[in-house]
Amino acid sequence: MEFSLSDPFLWETVVQGLLFGGVLALLSLGLNLIFGVIDVVWICYAELMMVGMYLIWWSHVEMGLPLPLAFLLGILSVAVMGVVLHVTVIKPILHAEPINQLLVTGGVLFFLQGLATLIFSVQFRNLGVFMGSLEVGEMFLPWNRIIAFLVSLAAMAGLYVFLRKTYLGIAIRAISQDRTVMPLLGVSPDRIYLITSAIGGGLAGLGACLLALLYDIHPAIGLSFGPLTFMICVMGGLGNIIGGFVAAFIFAEFIALGGYYTEVEWGYVISFAFFIVMIFLRPQGLFAKRG
Amino acid sequence: MLELNNVSAGYGAFQAIFNVSLKVHAGEAVAVIGPNGAGKTSLLRVISKIINQTSGQILMEGVSLETIEAHQVIDLGIAHVPEHRRLFPGLTVEDNLRMGAYMKTARPHFEERLHYVYEMFPRLKERRKQLAGTMSGGEQQMCAIGRGLMSGPKLLLLDEPSAGLAPVIVQQVLDLVQKVRSEGYTVLIVEQNIQQVLKFVDRAYLLEVGRIRAEGTAQELLNNDEVRQAYVGI
Repeated sequence: MEFSLSDPFLWETVVQGLLFGGVLALLSLGLNLIFGVIDVVWICYAELMMVGMYLIWWSHVEMGLPLPLAFLLGILSVAVMGVVLHVTVIKPILHAEPINQLLVTGGVLFFLQGLATLIFSVQFRNLGVFMGSLEVGEMFLPWNRIIAFLVSLAAMAGLYVFLRKTYLGIAIRAISQDRTVMPLLGVSPDRIYLITSAIGGGLAGLGACLLALLYDIHPAIGLSFGPLTFMICVMGGLGNIIGGFVAAFIFAEFIALGGYYTEVEWGYVISFAFFIVMIFLRPQGLFAKRG
Repeated sequence: MLELNNVSAGYGAFQAIFNVSLKVHAGEAVAVIGPNGAGKTSLLRVISKIINQTSGQILMEGVSLETIEAHQVIDLGIAHVPEHRRLFPGLTVEDNLRMGAYMKTARPHFEERLHYVYEMFPRLKERRKQLAGTMSGGEQQMCAIGRGLMSGPKLLLLDEPSAGLAPVIVQQVLDLVQKVRSEGYTVLIVEQNIQQVLKFVDRAYLLEVGRIRAEGTAQELLNNDEVRQAYVGI
């Protein structure tokens, strides 16, 4: 396809990439927060979203709960799952080698995937919500993508304010800088870990709501987003929330534009190739803090 | 105010302090002096419950610390300013101070305490938006002491406030400690600059290899032959 700035489809693609970037930024935010605070990577993060998507689908489509209630239930349930994951799986391996932590949370990934297949089968499900598109000039932008983008931005802004302005938020940032001094200030690290796990889980639950609006649900959907979100976090400098935010948009545009000029699959291939090259050039991530 | 009776403690199989008994009365400044590795830091850590005592008893205003967890010690009015300052380098000075007022009972008094600390250390007010990690060592120590004061403590534990600082700064930091002392805080300070610290404390204990070797008023310890020969160098 020829490159032309007057091509309306090119601009539609760029805007779609931006919208997708916002959602990817939210998806990687929870993973990044958990790593920054607890120093453990939840490799099964996207599978928590997958379970959340099924819960939302089940409560809305099967049980007839209104969609907003189903979303709320999804967010709360995945937040609780985050806490349960922390207490049962993460806490015992908190001081283990990173590779063992990856293996254990990787085990949870396959466990959740297997469990979902067993309960829901491999059949694709969806919420059956159709929202139409917004027409801007010659561009058609699907409403569900616009809503997902706006909700992502709002959630990220909310979390940002929480981390900057509240005692708990500042403690969450502080604990990633010095764990051992926290008790001297009256902060129980265990409690901060639990709260962070609940927030990380809640963000995965919110991610589940947005993904359920955008995509069909199946047991392997976590695999479409898990590697991508992990890559975004690494590219931004693991634990660096602002870096992850920027990296999400870079990847989203790679995927969108790569897909526009070639094929969708190539968009992913190009972005992963970019990732590999960048890891050679800047192994600490694009935005890792110096010193 | 604070009372330790025959306290022993250590790290795993390694015992750091042996049957230590000491007292700090309200309004007093007490120093624990001794060489490197004597167990001075461990002694403060056991009071803060960062390490657990293996035997003996610790009382703060008559309340036993036996069943209290580390993060609850501050609720009893004990603020511990740890060795090497241990600020949060990526947080602003003001956020570091805010963390000092984290406990529920201190939060309503945050503004008032902040004002008080800024009055005492005007430099911190000038630098309140600066990241703590970008300040000089002396300023960081000021911030660490300020953070300790934010909870409105009754007893301040100071662990080697002059450690790792340039010699010119050491005197400035010890002046800060004296300033805090003159505000009427009860202070238990661990220091290696024995001569200087003995100038402004009321009483002191000499700790060697985890055991109390001598105790008395600052003047008595300055006159103690063992202390003079081994530590003061006169």
